[in-house]
Amino acid sequence: MTPAVRESSITGGPVRESLMQLVCPAGNLPALRAAIDAGADAVYAGFRDQTNARAFPGLNFDGDELSQGIAYAHARGRKVYLALNTYPDSARLPYWRTAVDQAAALGADAIIAAEMAVLDHAARRHPQLARHLSVQGSATTAAALRYAHERFGISLAVLPRVLSIQQVERLCETAPVPLEVFAFGSLCIMVEGRCQLSSYVTGVSPNRHGVCSPAKFVRWDEHPDRSRSVRLNGLLIDRFADGEPAGYPTVCKGRYRVGGEVFHALEEPTSLNTLDILPRLAQAGVVALKIEGRQRGAAYVSAVTRTWRAAIDRYRVSPQQWKSESAWQQALAAHAEGQQTTLGPYHRAWH
Amino acid sequence: MKLSLAPLQYFWPREHTLAFYRAAAAWPVDIVYLGETVCSKRRELGLRDWLSLAHELTDAGKQVVLSTLALIEAESELGVLRRQVENGRFLVEANDLSAVQLCRERGLPFVGGPTLNIYNHHALALLMEDGLCRWVPGVEQGRALLRELRDALQAQGGRMPELELMAWGRMPLAYSARCFTARALDVPKDQCGFRCIEHADGMPLATREGDPFLTINGIQIQSAEVVDLAPERDDLLACGVDVLRLYPQADGMAEVVAHFRQMLAAPTAPPPRAARNGYWHGQPGRHELALPE
Repeated sequence: MTPAVRESSITGGPVRESLMQLVCPAGNLPALRAAIDAGADAVYAGFRDQTNARAFPGLNFDGDELSQGIAYAHARGRKVYLALNTYPDSARLPYWRTAVDQAAALGADAIIAAEMAVLDHAARRHPQLARHLSVQGSATTAAALRYAHERFGISLAVLPRVLSIQQVERLCETAPVPLEVFAFGSLCIMVEGRCQLSSYVTGVSPNRHGVCSPAKFVRWDEHPDRSRSVRLNGLLIDRFADGEPAGYPTVCKGRYRVGGEVFHALEEPTSLNTLDILPRLAQAGVVALKIEGRQRGAAYVSAVTRTWRAAIDRYRVSPQQWKSESAWQQALAAHAEGQQTTLGPYHRAWH
Repeated sequence: MKLSLAPLQYFWPREHTLAFYRAAAAWPVDIVYLGETVCSKRRELGLRDWLSLAHELTDAGKQVVLSTLALIEAESELGVLRRQVENGRFLVEANDLSAVQLCRERGLPFVGGPTLNIYNHHALALLMEDGLCRWVPGVEQGRALLRELRDALQAQGGRMPELELMAWGRMPLAYSARCFTARALDVPKDQCGFRCIEHADGMPLATREGDPFLTINGIQIQSAEVVDLAPERDDLLACGVDVLRLYPQADGMAEVVAHFRQMLAAPTAPPPRAARNGYWHGQPGRHELALPE
């Protein structure tokens, strides 16, 4: 998995020729097929329960569907990773262990996990099944990654969306395992695995139950002036004037009053988009780019995967001439939350 | 049960912080956690200052623990962490896996802090193999979860480490790479001017209806309300809680400590002085949004 190193003809310095994999989301079988058809190297998916961090109603896979998805991917030389990245309590731990066993039996190429007992079970019972440290594991340093590597034999880690590009570059040099980073999709403003905002309001927790801001707690009200308000378990998250665009109400993307002003005090509805720094991520030695969005449909998956496939392939063929194309950016912006994108934490000024 | 003073979450002027801990030396707390856990840019006190306070508080009969940063991003932060771990005398509270690993590599015992994400007995047992000697669960881990965890650990022949639970303060709810204080004041994080020093108990955030909701504290988000677990005293004892953790606040901390010390010896548990912690009862952390039990 170590990236090959060659001399750059332009700078004379070493450039790590990346074998960057494109890892795409699938919330159901049509999305999985769409991702594979559009050029994903790997697809990640979850079971239809609380063992993964996108436990939304109507989403995800049962054993049969996953089996079909894996067959579809393997027939085309691609991989399927299974996200088992929530945190079971003691009473429910056997259920998560069974899910790991099932992932191994179905022939998944890796599990993506964050919780120690889940990783430990996988390492002991299924040593041949690759273990990726999930973004939910909140590992941001070489020391933290050494822990997961020595303790659970992880072969890859997904970085939380908190590090700057300089910090990612440095970590690629010191990490004991290859690194995957988020390239595109909805942006969690908080450190993944370290956010209790949803459970503070609803009692349902992303860590424990795999869902942020569950739909059953969301209530929209339309008022006589045609404005709308949205509440989560009764708590006002935001109000929208007639015609004002309104996204899905997570606590972090609401508008609040701080010091006499009302604004998006935590984060605006926006998507992460790292297309502009693709060469830098490749040169840093990042081995995989992850697209967020298992809750999105096949059309999103197809369009976003196709765009990133084209961008990565272009880079592979002619890294020195690579530049971000406006057609790519337009395609991505069309699928971005709030139709706007940001480089997010990769760019220091964003903070 | 013992009482602990949690690491200071806010950023106070140097003299204010030093005065706070010198007063704390005379308070009836058993354990004092020292160090910056929220933002590495807060440097009114350096590690040398914290260590000097640690010696003073040890001389005053307190057990001192050095708390580490919850979110480590830069090499310089890892350097501070290494120096904390290698201090040679004081126990460390590990607040992320980097700290766990540095302790483990050196064979040093550590306190498992609230941001480690321990939700079950097996994870706890693994960390005890690594050197965890006391566990401070996060806010989400309520009564039922802790009971099940304890039973499962004991069923496989394990013993609980010392258990320390947050009993007073604003609940730490989230951490980010972004500084929300800087965002609210419309200044870049890299040129923040350390303005959080002006907000000794954080910045209040309310809904558009004026309902107090959260507290902004640099890269950390807390609940708006202070929660009080003192009324649950008997339940806490029954759950095997060994230490009650009190989070420092700008005013009235001496009285809070005195209240907790008194209530531990009182015949009955006291009435609430602040908000109920919904999480403890398996409900939303914000108690008023909970369904009736």
